Amino acid sequence: MQESTLLREMADNWMLLVMFTLFIGAVLWPFRPGSRKDHEESANIPFLYEDKPAPDYPEGKGEEAAR
Amino acid sequence: MWDTVKLIALAGIVLLAAIAANYARDVPYMVHAIIIMLVAGGMFLYTIRRVGDPKPEPDLGYMDDVIRAGVIATAFWGVVGFLAGVFIAFQLAFPVLNFEWAQGYMNFGRLRPLHTSAVIFAFGGNALICSSFYIVQRTSAARLWGGNLPWFVFWGYNLFIVLAATGYLLGSTQGKEYAEPEWYVDLWLTIVWVAYLLVFLGTIMRRKEKHIYVANWFLLSFIVTVAMLHIVNNLSIPVSIFGSKSVQVFSGVQDAMTQWWYGHNAVGFFLTAGFLGMMYYFVPKQAERPVFSYKLSIIHFWALIFLYIWAGPHHLHYTALPDWASTLGMVFSVVLWMPSWGGMINGLMTLSGAWDKLRTDPIIRMMVVSIGFYGMSTFEGPMMSIKAVNSLSHYTDWTIGHVHSGALGWNGMITFGALYFLVPRLWNRERLYSLAMVNWHFWLATIGIVLYAASMWVTGIMEGLMWREVDAQGFLVNSFADTVAAKFPMYVVRALGGVLYLAGAIIMCYNLWMTIRKAPAKEAEAPAMAPAE
Repeated sequence: MQESTLLREMADNWMLLVMFTLFIGAVLWPFRPGSRKDHEESANIPFLYEDKPAPDYPEGKGEEAAR
Repeated sequence: MWDTVKLIALAGIVLLAAIAANYARDVPYMVHAIIIMLVAGGMFLYTIRRVGDPKPEPDLGYMDDVIRAGVIATAFWGVVGFLAGVFIAFQLAFPVLNFEWAQGYMNFGRLRPLHTSAVIFAFGGNALICSSFYIVQRTSAARLWGGNLPWFVFWGYNLFIVLAATGYLLGSTQGKEYAEPEWYVDLWLTIVWVAYLLVFLGTIMRRKEKHIYVANWFLLSFIVTVAMLHIVNNLSIPVSIFGSKSVQVFSGVQDAMTQWWYGHNAVGFFLTAGFLGMMYYFVPKQAERPVFSYKLSIIHFWALIFLYIWAGPHHLHYTALPDWASTLGMVFSVVLWMPSWGGMINGLMTLSGAWDKLRTDPIIRMMVVSIGFYGMSTFEGPMMSIKAVNSLSHYTDWTIGHVHSGALGWNGMITFGALYFLVPRLWNRERLYSLAMVNWHFWLATIGIVLYAASMWVTGIMEGLMWREVDAQGFLVNSFADTVAAKFPMYVVRALGGVLYLAGAIIMCYNLWMTIRKAPAKEAEAPAMAPAE
C-alpha cells in the first residue's frame, strides 16, 4: 500500500473522528457553566506580578494571598 | 567540580574543532570549525579565569539580564536583516549590483537566504526568545528555571545564526526554503531548542499562579511544534563527517510535501503562534486592560493548532502532489481564516473603551496596525490558497508581497511595539527617550509596507497575466524576459518601501539607545513606612 493511500485511509476514518471530537470538545469547554469567573481571573494574570515573583507561600495559599 | 568538567569538555571541543578544520572537505565546513574552535577556546579562557571565584548569592527576582541581551540582539539583527533585504531588492531592480568581484558570495542567490533567515530567525527568533522569557516569568510569577541555561539558549541560538549566515555566503545550503542550514548546524539548533523547551517548561512547572496564561499556550505550542518540524524536515545523511554536504532521506514529492509542511508551519507556529503569544501579553499590558475575551482566546488557540498543521499542501498546487492532498490543504487554509480573524478581533477589541489611546500612544498604534496586518494577511493567504487564484498568483511577486505584509506588518510591528514596551522596563527607565521618534518610526514603517505590498500586487498580478496570455493561435504572447522588463518600475518602488522601513528601524535603535543612556531613571518606590528610629 502506498504511503499516501494509507494516510488517506486514516484521514478518512478514525483519525478524522478522533480529531474532530477533540476539537469540538476543546471549543465547547470554555463555555462550561461557571467558567466566567475563572476566565476573568485568568485574563488578569498579566497585571499581578510585574516586578518580582510571587513570594513563597505554603502549598495552595499563594493565590489568595496575592489577590 | 562542575568547572573542571566544563573545562575538560571545552578543551575537547577545541581539539575536535581543530581536527575538523584540518580535515575539512569544503570551505564553509572549515570556516565553521574554526568559528566553533574560537568560541569554545574563548569560553575556556573565560571559565579558567573564574575558577574558584566565590559563587554569587542566587538571585530570587526575575532573570532579566538575558532578556536585555535578547532585546539588543533583536534590534541588531533586525537592522542587519532589513539592510540585506533592501540591498537584494535593489539587486533585483539593478542587476549591476551583483558585483563581479563578489561573484559567488554576494549575488542575489546567496544573499536572499541570508535576508530571510536574518529577519525570520535572527530578528524574529531573538524577539520570540527574549519576550517569551519575559512573559513566562511575569505570568507564572516565578524566576526562569535552569540557572544559566537561559544564557546557553541565547548564545547558542545566536551562534546558530552566525553559522547559518556564514554558511549561506560560502555556499553551504541544503536548498530547502527557510531550512537551508546543513546537518551539523541543524544538530546544534536541535540541542539549543531542547534547552529552550526545558527552560520554558521548567518555569511553567514552578509557577505560582494556578492557571497557565494563554500567551504561554501559544508560546509553548510554538516551541514544541518548531522542534517537531525542524527534526522531520532535516532528516538527512551527511556525505562525510568532515564535510558540510548532506543528502535528504525523503525524495521527490514526499520531500516537497515535507518541506512545505515544514515551511507553512514555520509561518503558522513560528511567525503566527509565537507572535500571538506576544500579542496576548503586550497588547493588554500596553492598553492597561485585560484581553477582550479570554474564552475567545482559548478557541483561537485550539482552532489555530488543529487547522494550521494541514495547510501546507497549498504551496504545491498543480504539481506532482496528489489532488486530494492539495485540496485538503486548500480547504484547511480557507477554514483557517475564521480563527485568525477571531484572534484579530480579540486583539483589536482589547482596546474597546480605550480607543483614545490610539491618538496619544504611538506604541499602541503600532500594535493595532500590526494586528490589522495580521488580519489582512490571514485573509489574503486563504484567498491565494484557492486553486483558481493560485494558478494566477503562484510563482509571481504577489506571493512575495503577501509574505511581506505579514512579516513587515504583523511580525515587525508587534516586535517594535514589544521592544518599545520592554526597554524602559528592563533598564528601569521612567519612559522612552522620545515619543516623537516612535511616531516617525510608525509612519515610515507603515508607508514603507504600503509601498511594498501595493507594488508587489501590481507586479505580481501583471506577471501572472502576462505568463498566461496566448494569442489567437494559442501561442504564448510574452517571453519571460518581457515580464522582467515590465516589472522594473515596481521593483524600484518596492526597494524604496524597504528603505523607509529600514530608516524607521534605525530611528528605533537610536531611540532605544538614548532611552538606556539618557532617559530619567524610574524612582525607587517610596518605602511604605518610615523607618522607626
